[in-house]
Amino acid sequence: MLEPFEFGFMQRAMIAATLVGGVTAAVGVFVILRRLAYIGHGLAHSIFGGAVVSFTIGFNFFVGASLWGAFSVFLINQAARRRQIGGDAAIGIVTTAAFAIGIAVISRARSFTRDFEAALFGEILGITNQDLYVTTGMIVLIALVLFALWKPLVFITFDHDVATSYGISVRWVEAIFSLALAATVVAALQVLGVTLIAAALVIPPVVARMMTDSFPRLFVIAVVIGAVTGFLGVYVSWFVDVSSGATVVLVQAAVFALTLGWGVIESRRGFSATRRAERLAGLERSLND
Amino acid sequence: MATVGVDALVELDGVALGYEGVVALRDVEVTIAPGELIGIVGPSGSGKTTLLRSLLGEPELYAGTARVADNTRVGYVPQVETVDWNFPITVEQVAMLGSWRTRRWLPWTSRAERSRARVVLSQLGIADLADRPIRALSGGQQQRTFLARALVRSPDLLLLDEPTSGVDIKTRHEILHQLASLNTAGVTVVLTTHDLNGVASHLPRLIALGEQTVLADGPPSEVLQPDILERAYGQPMLVVRRGHETYVLPVPEEAPGAHPDAEHDHDDDDDHDHAELSVVDAPGVGADHA
Repeated sequence: MLEPFEFGFMQRAMIAATLVGGVTAAVGVFVILRRLAYIGHGLAHSIFGGAVVSFTIGFNFFVGASLWGAFSVFLINQAARRRQIGGDAAIGIVTTAAFAIGIAVISRARSFTRDFEAALFGEILGITNQDLYVTTGMIVLIALVLFALWKPLVFITFDHDVATSYGISVRWVEAIFSLALAATVVAALQVLGVTLIAAALVIPPVVARMMTDSFPRLFVIAVVIGAVTGFLGVYVSWFVDVSSGATVVLVQAAVFALTLGWGVIESRRGFSATRRAERLAGLERSLND
Repeated sequence: MATVGVDALVELDGVALGYEGVVALRDVEVTIAPGELIGIVGPSGSGKTTLLRSLLGEPELYAGTARVADNTRVGYVPQVETVDWNFPITVEQVAMLGSWRTRRWLPWTSRAERSRARVVLSQLGIADLADRPIRALSGGQQQRTFLARALVRSPDLLLLDEPTSGVDIKTRHEILHQLASLNTAGVTVVLTTHDLNGVASHLPRLIALGEQTVLADGPPSEVLQPDILERAYGQPMLVVRRGHETYVLPVPEEAPGAHPDAEHDHDDDDDHDHAELSVVDAPGVGADHA
């Protein structure tokens, strides 16, 4: 059972997956409540383009992908402001174009194919100490942004149209949050890969949403689920010999299925209890009559 | 916004307002003194919300000057349709959003903030609902929760967008009573309403909008006039007055009993609340027509 802990690469992988699972869930809470799941998915693909270009020109992966993500967010915001385009169409255009640039660069430089597969599907077992430090630094930065913007973010997410009336600079808060989202995707890229990031952003907050009607509680539960499933996913992948990124998402999906199933059983039990109570009340009435 | 002198809380001087380059209101001249209770009336799309939000400095200003007194704390209660009802938030948490500027860089609320929220919820009679999710409440309770969010800021100027829309007659009465109490306590209250008979006619001052401007500004007896209402709503209106009560009724195009010449005085005092036209026939009732 303790075998995975004996290897340095597994220790680094479990630490990275725990941190990334927690931070994607934390950002994901706002993503799902603001119905931005599509932008999370799109940004992951967009940043893939940035990662590919960074590799190709020999630029630092984290810096290159982050700049690319920030530029994508800027383009999306600019395009979405034009009334004829709309937010979802802007996301679709910008992110697929950025992804296509990555594909085009790959097709010109086939020797990099293996690295790009890692970017697409994650390569958590290859994380170095330096990667871990950079990822941890980014996660701390994202956590600080969420900490400082907590109140205005909650206000905007709940009552977007009125936030300005209460002195909140909606445009600035949204821009900073978008950058934090882009940074989250970059931090998660090596752990989960482009194709699985959206799931990690969405599943833990959705599971938490099914468990509570209190926002602070929802946030804490989502972060705990994200971190624990991140750790468990990598741990389990050692024994089942399956890609770690995929295992993390499969563990999260299993938690989702269990929570959903439990909710269905609970509601049926509640329904049966109500029916039983009604029958007893009816019986009592007829006896009294 | 610039600042105004001590005698006025807000001054809109020759203002033209709108959004994205489209003018919604023009030539607006409105002065609001501290302690007033004002209703903004007009048909849908006449610019009621735009005028209300101009007091927050939100719509684009294309002409004129909009000024608000220094250090005015403004509380805003929107139409309840604007919020995300799936958001997991309790009544107390909504109320505390109003004080987000207090210790704005910290995610948690202080004991003083929670205490203030509890006091306001108690004043509004919903303290027992503090831990309930907001989506589980009735329309009136939700409206009071948003009122609480505005009141935790201890506003000098309270703006409400259709505060009685979608609530039953009892709740409407309670909300109006609470607004009147706040006004008596010194809060300046400005609200928009579609309800000319149940709300507007009971307010001391009305601003009627239509034709993209302010058509009238004054007490209900001056503003609720058939010619002004016909200009605002584009339809003849019957205005019935009885003592301090005013009733406004749209004149159906083919209703012979409501013909503009049909003003009557009768002795039958018991029929006055049976039907719209019987109100016109009650003794002591004066009917004005467009």
